[in-house]
Amino acid sequence: MSAEIVGAEGLTLAALLTPWIGAPLIWLARGNTNRREAVTLITAVVLVGLVLALYELVAAGARPTLTLVDPLPGLAIAFTVEPLGMLFALIASGLWLVTSVYSIGYMRGHHEENQTRFYIFFALALGATIGLAFSGNLLTLFIFYEALTLSTYPLVTHHGDEAARAGGRTYLGILLSTSIGFLLLAIIVTASYAGTLDFVPGGILAGTAPNWVLGVLLALYVFGIGKAAVMPFHRWLPAAMVAPTPVSALLHAVAVVKAGVFSVLKVVIYVFGIDLVAEIPMSHWLAYVAAATILIASIVALRKDNLKARLAYSTVSQLSYIVLGALLADSWGIVGGAMHIATHAFGKITLFFAAGAIYVASGRTRVSQLRGLGRAMPITMGAFLIGSLSIVGLPPFGGAWSKWFLLFGTLDAGQYVFMAVLLVSSLLNIFYLVSIPMRAFFSAPDPDLAGQGEAPPLCVAALVVTAAGCLALFLFPDALYRLLLPLVGL
Amino acid sequence: MIASNLPALQVVVPLISAPICAMLGRGRTAWVLTVAVSWTALAIAIALLIRVETGGVIDYEMGGWAAPWGIAYRIDYLNAFVLVIVAGIGAMVAPAALQGIATEIAPERQPRFFAAMLLALTGLLGITITGDAFNLYVFLEIASLASYALVAQGPDRRALMAAFQYLILGTIGATFILIGVGLLYMMTGTLNMADLAARLPAVAETRTIYAAFAFIIVGTGLKLALFPLHMWLPNAYAYAPGVVSAFMAATGTKVGVYMLARFVYTVFGAPFAFDTMPLGQILMPFALLGIVVGSLVAIFQDDIKRMLAYSSVAQIGYMALGISFASETGLIATIVHLFNHALMKGALFLALAAVSLRLGKTDLTAMRGLGRRMPLTMAAFVAAGLSLIGVPLTAGFVSKWYLVKAAIEAGLWPVAVVILGASLLAMIYVWRVVEVAYFRAPAANAPAAVEAPTTMLIPILILAGGGIYFGIDTEVTVGIARAAAMALLGTSP
Repeated sequence: MSAEIVGAEGLTLAALLTPWIGAPLIWLARGNTNRREAVTLITAVVLVGLVLALYELVAAGARPTLTLVDPLPGLAIAFTVEPLGMLFALIASGLWLVTSVYSIGYMRGHHEENQTRFYIFFALALGATIGLAFSGNLLTLFIFYEALTLSTYPLVTHHGDEAARAGGRTYLGILLSTSIGFLLLAIIVTASYAGTLDFVPGGILAGTAPNWVLGVLLALYVFGIGKAAVMPFHRWLPAAMVAPTPVSALLHAVAVVKAGVFSVLKVVIYVFGIDLVAEIPMSHWLAYVAAATILIASIVALRKDNLKARLAYSTVSQLSYIVLGALLADSWGIVGGAMHIATHAFGKITLFFAAGAIYVASGRTRVSQLRGLGRAMPITMGAFLIGSLSIVGLPPFGGAWSKWFLLFGTLDAGQYVFMAVLLVSSLLNIFYLVSIPMRAFFSAPDPDLAGQGEAPPLCVAALVVTAAGCLALFLFPDALYRLLLPLVGL
Repeated sequence: MIASNLPALQVVVPLISAPICAMLGRGRTAWVLTVAVSWTALAIAIALLIRVETGGVIDYEMGGWAAPWGIAYRIDYLNAFVLVIVAGIGAMVAPAALQGIATEIAPERQPRFFAAMLLALTGLLGITITGDAFNLYVFLEIASLASYALVAQGPDRRALMAAFQYLILGTIGATFILIGVGLLYMMTGTLNMADLAARLPAVAETRTIYAAFAFIIVGTGLKLALFPLHMWLPNAYAYAPGVVSAFMAATGTKVGVYMLARFVYTVFGAPFAFDTMPLGQILMPFALLGIVVGSLVAIFQDDIKRMLAYSSVAQIGYMALGISFASETGLIATIVHLFNHALMKGALFLALAAVSLRLGKTDLTAMRGLGRRMPLTMAAFVAAGLSLIGVPLTAGFVSKWYLVKAAIEAGLWPVAVVILGASLLAMIYVWRVVEVAYFRAPAANAPAAVEAPTTMLIPILILAGGGIYFGIDTEVTVGIARAAAMALLGTSP
């Protein structure tokens, strides 16, 4: 057993370092674009391999830990791989590989500039994501949370024009101000009351402070983790859509936004503990804010004609599913929320891939321009349909499971209002997502669509893979389910 | 022999080198001497710090005269640390000075410039090392007079006005300190700080001591540019030669904060300052106002040098705030920030000195597209800027962590919110520069700028790198700050 643990720690360190080693190698290979892309792909493959190897150990019950340095006395940069982080790392690294394939097709098909910088910061962002996923205490989580914000800023502002600068300003402004103004404050308050920042199953705050302080603290966490995009701190997400589509796909449908809800789940499970969250009256109010975010963002999405903006607001809405699941303080809500990290990631990345493929192939960016496009781009639009059905939560796609567990959680907690919110939101999803491929397939095509074909093969391959992933998550949810059960002590 | 006289050499070496410098005919020779002296001073300061760490407090009698009559130097953790900060910044700025003033000061005046710089270094080191209240005033005047001369040599004629303003306010401050020290002498018959601390409690409840306290606090407040006594600072920093701004911003106000801590905690003692006198209630609001107003005004400056000057007003607020908590955590925050802020402001102002050398100005429009033309200088600027904001893994984060922790320990949540809110203001003013430098194309008629000269670039990179290193490895800085804080509060381990 001890040999296995040493192996697990080595694997953890290797997984943490891989993207940070890959980034300078990409720079070294900048002279030859094929070699540069090969470095990205190899780094991604190595990372996926390491994370998969870790998965075996963690699923078997191992919790590899690692301490690097102590930047503040008694507060270390430390890592612990536990089920939730494992899940997040699996998804982020796996989808990075797919996105890398897609980006090569997209960036070349679209003749983007500064591609080396793009791939370097992409690798750094992934490095920050893995660090966040494996973080063993709040300080480490905070450090990588900020690193993720800063490393994605050059990606958001990639085009460097006025729109990109304005979007970048909103992005950085909201994410940094919420994280420094609220999250850091919450962390320091936690350190003062609990005397530690370690993630401990069952929480560290129980019995350390009066309930009103804990309530304020929970609110600081929920709003301070701006990446979870709970209203009114959601504006950065649509603003980030000025980025090239692969960035929107991986970072703003998967890595960055999931880092937010992942952090919320971590705080609820390991800092407060589910029982304590259930006791605090404030969590109920915050759950209402999340529920309001679900509905309002859906309605805003309905009114957006720009495809990426519509997807962005859909993401805002879906993220609050997970926040709501966490704040229900119910075992099934937690499991549903955690599974939603995975199923929504596959569904939404498929939609963004499709949006990018449509843009590269036809230059279209607005929903109203997509009538009849299904006949010209059947694979892309088919994948779009699968992705949106998964997000609505219909079988036979992965989203059905997470929505099932979330609904079960609302029932279990006796919160019928929230159950109604989830059901209404599903209906709204059908209107603003499923209607798009429907119209693409069943309306008469625009006359200027003659000769319109599919996007570059690499783009199409990537979105087929993620669409297949939506199906696979429905057929084989076991691997996830069993990984997550220890989270809630089942 | 040399080892036992290190405390004296710390001050004497730069003091006697200054007139030699002035007599040298060429700027380059004077520069070589200045660099050698500043590095010697740093070596002595480090040696003293190590001796304090291993052997405890050093008491040194100048010329062998025993304490109440002769001048005594007394070096504990706090001033040993400040000595390292001052000498360290001197050692970083001196190598950069030759290129830094090349376009700003005529060659024939350069030897005198270096002489003034050494005198300023002497004064600052002297204030820090001495254990005698009157001797402190003498060194304060040496440092101040040298600083006025340094500011006045700025390339712009407005530098003269700025130096005059600085002279008037600085002299008022020094005079106030002298009056306060005189009143203390009248009541206790001693100028030695340790003796003062021992005899003051007996006469503390008199109006004379109250007045002495008020004079000294206002006087040091002027010297360290505590809001609203900061009026001299923005002009002085904005119009002084670039390297002088770097040197003064990173050392002058730090020594001011040191004086405040020394008078409050060692001479008067925390019970008198915070219980008998309402120092906490006075210092804290002004510190908070300084933080908010300084940061807000910085956002609206188009000259980046002036922007950093206002940022300094805000940062001084942070240090004063730490003192006003009268707690161990608060003092740790102040002392750690003395060091961390010296690193970041040193790097920022030196980077600006390099920009000014290449472009002739430092306003926002001139800095367009500079990220590509001076990549290393601007990278250092961004790294130090992140430290100013307080991003994790930078030195600024460590300071802010302790400051917020002190506020929460004192039960002052609103203060914690103000501290973190001001970080966001810092983010805004730092990011204005980043956006312009990295996203704007340079103006068509902009002079072709190349990377800073090596003698400037290396110190800039060392200071900016230090800002990151000491954000990750805080054992030395926080360890010393904790020991110094405990000594000041009398809770020595």
